[in-house]
Amino acid sequence: MSSNAIHIDVHHVTRVEGHGKILVDIDKGEVKTVRWSVPEAPRFFEAMVVGRDCTELQPITSRICGICSIGHSFASLKATEAAMGVIISEQTRRLRKILNHGENLQSHVLHVGYLALPDLFKVGSVIPLATTHKDAVLLVVKLHRLANETCDIVGGRTTHPIRTCIGGFTKVPAEKELAGLKARFEAAIPDLKTLAGVVKSVACGLPDFVRETEYVSLTDPAEYALYDGMIKSTDVKDAIPVDRYLRVTNEYMNSQSTAKWAKFNRESYMAGALARFNNNHAQLSPLARAVAADLGLAAPCYNPYFNTVVQVVECVYSVEKTIEHLNWLLDKGIKNEPASVKPREGRGVGAVEVPRGILFHDYTYDKKGRCVKANCIIPTNQNHANIQKDMDKLVPQFKDRGKDELQLMLEMLVRAYDPCISCSTH
Amino acid sequence: MKPRVAFFDFACCEGCQLQVANLEEDILGLVNLVDVVEFREVLTGNAPDYDVSFIEGSITRPEDEARLKDIRSRSKLLVSYGACAATGGVNKIKNVWGNIEKVKKEVYGKDAGMPHLATYPTKAVHEVVKVDYFVHGCPITRSEFLKVVKALVFGTTPDIPEYPVCVECKMCGNECMFDKGGVCLGPVTRAGCNAICPGNNVSCEGCRGAVPNPNNNAMHEVLAKYKLSVDDIKRQFTMYALDPEVGK
Repeated sequence: MSSNAIHIDVHHVTRVEGHGKILVDIDKGEVKTVRWSVPEAPRFFEAMVVGRDCTELQPITSRICGICSIGHSFASLKATEAAMGVIISEQTRRLRKILNHGENLQSHVLHVGYLALPDLFKVGSVIPLATTHKDAVLLVVKLHRLANETCDIVGGRTTHPIRTCIGGFTKVPAEKELAGLKARFEAAIPDLKTLAGVVKSVACGLPDFVRETEYVSLTDPAEYALYDGMIKSTDVKDAIPVDRYLRVTNEYMNSQSTAKWAKFNRESYMAGALARFNNNHAQLSPLARAVAADLGLAAPCYNPYFNTVVQVVECVYSVEKTIEHLNWLLDKGIKNEPASVKPREGRGVGAVEVPRGILFHDYTYDKKGRCVKANCIIPTNQNHANIQKDMDKLVPQFKDRGKDELQLMLEMLVRAYDPCISCSTH
Repeated sequence: MKPRVAFFDFACCEGCQLQVANLEEDILGLVNLVDVVEFREVLTGNAPDYDVSFIEGSITRPEDEARLKDIRSRSKLLVSYGACAATGGVNKIKNVWGNIEKVKKEVYGKDAGMPHLATYPTKAVHEVVKVDYFVHGCPITRSEFLKVVKALVFGTTPDIPEYPVCVECKMCGNECMFDKGGVCLGPVTRAGCNAICPGNNVSCEGCRGAVPNPNNNAMHEVLAKYKLSVDDIKRQFTMYALDPEVGK
C-alpha cells in the first residue's frame, strides 16, 4: 500500500493497562493528524481521600493501580510519615525495598513476557507462544510467580498489600519464609539470564527509532534509586528535593485526554525504566550491568522501544538487591516492631520509583489526622505528552512503510512505555 | 465446544484481571477449559458474542453504561467480578460527597467543566444490567474465581459463602480485632477471603460487601460490648460501599 492515504484508528490499544486510542490521518502523503488519546473514565481519588483518617489513605490509594499497588502504598505511607514526622526502622526500610523490588519484578516480567514479546514473535498474545515457545513461557510464569509470592510473603497479599502501615508492618514474615525466598532468588539468576537471551534473540525486531527527550527519575547517591532519592532530570544539573515536585511535574489538562499531562523543561519528558537507566546506569549491580552490555544497551539510550529491554536489566538488578536485603534480614534476625502514629497537622510528600516511573503522593492533614487535600502524580501522566511527541516524529519518518507496519510500530511504541492508563485517570 | 469467554473492564484499577494473570501455570489449564476470545489487556482480537462475559469495574458515565448494555446483549451469562463491579467498591466513596460538581472541581480545578470529564455517581454493574453471578473482593480471591469458572463450564452453580468473615476468622484461630482495640466489619461482611485481613492484624474493611441478611443485632451487641458506637464504624461502611441497610 502506498503512503498517499493512510487512516489508522486503534481503539483501544491492546496488551496495555487501560484504554488508549491512536488516530493517524495521512492524505496525499501529507500527515494531517497524529493523536494519542485517553478516553478512560476518571475515578477521582484525590476527592475520595478528603475527610478520611490518615490510616485509611494507604488502603484507599493502593486501589489507584492493580499493577503498582505496592508503589502507591509506599508513596502514600511516605507522604503521611513525612507529614506526621514518623521515622521508620532499618528493618522496615529493607522489607519495603524487598516489596518494591518484588513489584518491579512482577510488573516487568508481565510486561516483557506477556505484553511486549508477542509483537516480536509476531503473534497476538502469549497464548500461542505457550505452544510454540513453551520453555520460554514457563520461565516467564516461574519468574512472575516468584515475584508475586515475594509480595504475598512480605506484604500479606500479591495485590493491594495488607501488612504495610504507617511506620512499619502489622505483621512480619518468618525467618524460614525469608530463607526460602533467598534460595529461590538465587536460583532465579540463571533463569533471568535465559530470559535475557530470549529477548536478545528478538530485540532486532524493535524499531530503529531515536528521539532524545528529557529523562526524569529519582536519584540516590547510595544506590540505583527506587525506594528513596531526590528528583533528577537530564536537563537540570542538580537534583531537586522531592517536596518541590510541582516544579517538575506541571500537570495540565487538554481535550484529547481524561488523564492529565505533564511537562518540565521541554514540551514533554519521559519517566520509567529508560529514564532511570539514563540517569543512574552507573549504579546498577554487577550482573545487571553485564546483562545490559550483552543486550547492547549503552547509556544514554534515546530509543523509547528499548524501555522494554531496560526492564529486563532492572529485573536482574531487583533480584540481586533482594538477595542483599534478605541476607541483611537473615543476619540480623527479624522481629515484630509495633508501629503507631500520633496524628498531627501538616503536609508531606512521598516519592518512589514504581515500574513505570516516578510517582508522587502529596497530602495535607488537619490536627485530627484527617486529609484535607491530596495530589497524586502518576508516571503514566508524566509520559502521555512524550508518547504524543514520539508519535509526532515517528509517523512522518516511517509513513512510507504502509498502514499495517506503521500501525504496529505505533501500538508497539505505546506498549514500550508500559502505560498504566487506568492509573493515570485515577 | 469450549465456552467462549471475554473479559471487560470499566472504572477500576484492573487489579482483578491481574489476579487472573496471577493464576500463573493454572492459566494454561484454564485456556484448555475455555476459549478466551476477548481480553484487551492480554490479547489482540475481538468477537461478536460471548458465552460468558466477566465485567470488572464500576459504571460512572453514560457512554460506559451504553457499552455495558451492548456487552450484556451479546452475552449469554454475565459475571460481575471484583468489588468495583460487585458493589461499586472504593469508587462509591465519591458518592458520599453528594455533589458531583464539587468532586470534579477537587480533582480538575478550573478545567472541571471540560465536556470529556463528565461523570455521574458511581454504579455497580448490577445497578445497570442483569448480573448472573458475582465474584467478590478487592481484589478477587484467585481460588474463588477458578471455582466460579469451573462451575460455569460444568453448568453448576458456584458455591459462594453466605456467612460472615467472623466464621472464617474463628476457623483460622485469629485473635479478634475488637479484642486488639480495632473496629472490624467482619461480623457483617460476606466471607470467602479466609479472613485474610484479620489474619494479618488488620480489621476487615468490608471489601466483599455485606453478607446476605446481615445480623445487625449481633453487630450492635459487639459494638456495645467494646463500648463503641455506630458512628465509630459508619465511615468504614463507606470504604467499600457496604449495603446501607447494614448497621441500621
